Amino acid sequence: MSQAELTMDEHSTSPMVGTAFSIPSKKLAMWLFIIADTMTFAACLVVYGFLRNGTANWPRPFHSITNVAIMTFILLTSSLTMLIGVRSARLGDKASAFRWTMVTAVLGIVFALLHIREWQGLIAEGMTLFKNPWGTGLFGASFFSITGLHLTHVVSGIIALLVVGVRYKGGRYNADDVEILGLYWHFVDLVWMFVVPLVYLLNLSH
Amino acid sequence: MHDMSAPVAHQHAPPTSFIRKYVFSLDHKVIGKQYYGLALLAAYVGMGLSWLMRFHLAWNSTAIPGLQFLSASGAPGGVMTPEYYLQLMTMHGTIMVFFVLTTAPFAAFGNYFLPIQVGAEDMPFPRFNMMSFWVTFTAFLVLMSSFFVGDGPTLGGWTQYAPLNAIGSVGGPGQGTGVVLWAVSIALFCVGQLLGALNFISTTLDLRVKGMSMMRLPLSAWSWFITSCIGLTAFAVLMPACILVILDHVAGTSFFVASGLVMNDQVLPHSGGSTLLWQHLFWFFGHPEVYIAIVPSMGIVSHILLANQRKPMLSQRVLIYSMGALAVLSYMVYGHHMFVSGMNPFSSLVFSFPTLVITIPSTIIVLIWTFSLYGSKLRINSASLFSLGFISMFVSGGVSGFFLAQPSIDIMLHATYFVVGHFHLVMGVAAMFGIFAGTYFWFPKITGRMMSEPLGKLHFWLSFVGAYCIFMPFHYLGMAGNVRRYSTFVDDFLQPLIPVHKFITIAAFVTGAAQLIFLYNLFYSRFKGAPAPDNPWEATSLEWSTATPPPFDNFGGKHPIVYHDPYQYGVKSSVGDYVMQTSPEQVETEFEEK
Repeated sequence: MSQAELTMDEHSTSPMVGTAFSIPSKKLAMWLFIIADTMTFAACLVVYGFLRNGTANWPRPFHSITNVAIMTFILLTSSLTMLIGVRSARLGDKASAFRWTMVTAVLGIVFALLHIREWQGLIAEGMTLFKNPWGTGLFGASFFSITGLHLTHVVSGIIALLVVGVRYKGGRYNADDVEILGLYWHFVDLVWMFVVPLVYLLNLSH
Repeated sequence: MHDMSAPVAHQHAPPTSFIRKYVFSLDHKVIGKQYYGLALLAAYVGMGLSWLMRFHLAWNSTAIPGLQFLSASGAPGGVMTPEYYLQLMTMHGTIMVFFVLTTAPFAAFGNYFLPIQVGAEDMPFPRFNMMSFWVTFTAFLVLMSSFFVGDGPTLGGWTQYAPLNAIGSVGGPGQGTGVVLWAVSIALFCVGQLLGALNFISTTLDLRVKGMSMMRLPLSAWSWFITSCIGLTAFAVLMPACILVILDHVAGTSFFVASGLVMNDQVLPHSGGSTLLWQHLFWFFGHPEVYIAIVPSMGIVSHILLANQRKPMLSQRVLIYSMGALAVLSYMVYGHHMFVSGMNPFSSLVFSFPTLVITIPSTIIVLIWTFSLYGSKLRINSASLFSLGFISMFVSGGVSGFFLAQPSIDIMLHATYFVVGHFHLVMGVAAMFGIFAGTYFWFPKITGRMMSEPLGKLHFWLSFVGAYCIFMPFHYLGMAGNVRRYSTFVDDFLQPLIPVHKFITIAAFVTGAAQLIFLYNLFYSRFKGAPAPDNPWEATSLEWSTATPPPFDNFGGKHPIVYHDPYQYGVKSSVGDYVMQTSPEQVETEFEEK
């Protein structure tokens, strides 16, 4: 030690001061991840918009909004159940928090299954990553890329919900962890709110 | 809300096994050194590639002994083909930009010193930190493997323009497997840097010790913080772009290839994509990347100059704001790389304006440095010399930026050596000088030994004069119409320029050889250098208040308390003309404390 005078604050386990950004590192990290992920999704949607604007024979293959409406409803509901779960966790009601986290996971699974069923339908109609019966192959490429990226997020979210839910019940994770996962889940929901109008509603046939 | 107001300080026990200590280490200091080692290796590989290219440019029919063993088809008999020249050029650019200029000043020094400068014992997510390095290292291996796979590395340049990056082997050697490996490598690199940026930002915001307000952070810490904010948003765009390139190769999509493209007498099966789209995605990342490379060096150089000029900067606050302004503006100027891309000329105009605006914060930063130096009794050592060299290179390279910012001039110069000279000086050499300055300055703290000053000064003068001898003539070549990316100059109007190329090549060999002095100094001093005191430069920031080298938890089981601004130089105190940040001593100062 040279000239430094180092002291330890013995009254506190953490030596760090509360800052203006008083936020636990894990939660901050989730927000930072969300910022980065926003850029990734934004890049994908810009790619889609750029290609869609520049292509004459862009197909509009969707005839009905029923399926996507149900999927949206389920995902929105799952955000609500997540909210209740986070609230219960904060109030210390472990059983309720666990229950609602699991309900959220189940809704996520239903969403994913509906999504996969929709994909299967489109694939059965002849749509692939590089061609489809209705127009430019770029439609399949951007549709599968964007919804696939979103679906990957949903599936990761489901796994995280199950893991965090069980471990929270077992006492390894605390209410903060549930809340941080909630941030992620709401973000995935929010992204879907951009995907629906841009990728589905814009491509409804007249 | 449990514990929501108390930031988490990570505590993990010192490792005991060799693997945990030196290979898969969670310690930010070891990870910083690993990054430095990777950058060092990459820098010499990149330099070797530039030697091969320079030799070929000057003596294009002379064989380079042994080159045929690197690639039998690329260099039959040791004379490289035009394609192989481009492959080497691509690898030189990719290695230098990603694995040297991004990893050394940002990931290496940042990892080692950011937690110490804020007073933390480690980063908040040591596991992410470890992953960050190993993912980056894997990315480097994947990139290097393309030398030995199929028909070699890609030849598309570090910018990998479409459609060449998406059409496959029909585009030339390396355009099949080579591009895929390139894209995989860069996508991995993005992941690594995203993890790093996440850690850097949370370290800066969450782990500052008592008394360390944001405005009391050293300028180097500020520059790493700003850089990680850029990195967090820029790499998140390049990553999906690389994945789309991979999809174009392996899944049959055609995001980046237009319909009906004929290449080497073949109509390509792709249809519908856009070649311009890649440039938009790439440069949206690419221009911020320039600042990812240069801003850390700005912070490092400021930090070093302050310790050597023994007086505060003219305005620390304005310096910080200007670096922040660079970060924000860097997202608005990327179109100036695309003036000749076929983009709407009106867009060129729109991008030209913020490009000229971004010179304002750059100029402010340079003026603060120069006017702060004015009247100071600068201590001349290798670190401060390289810092001055940084400013010199940044200004010399930056001035040509004023010209290139205007589409009417850029259209003439874009495809010439003028642009090559511009970016090598302003971003490449300048950032390298920042890395060298940081090395000479912090080496004593990291290793406990001083580097040799005479060798350091020799290294500086050879590099300084050498870099100008190499890159200044590039500008003249460009104005004379010397096209870039050509492996041989056979046109009549280029013949008078061949002697200039020979001069540059000789200068490159001499300057490159000077880097071996640095390498020798680095390793010799590591083992045989004079033992370093805890604070050899009489500097004030937290890294100098701990032991040398710092213990595993940085401050030996204690946590420093910060009482002062980072740069209390030129004051009267009990230890001399400076006050450490950790010293509770009250001093008279003419400068306002934050």
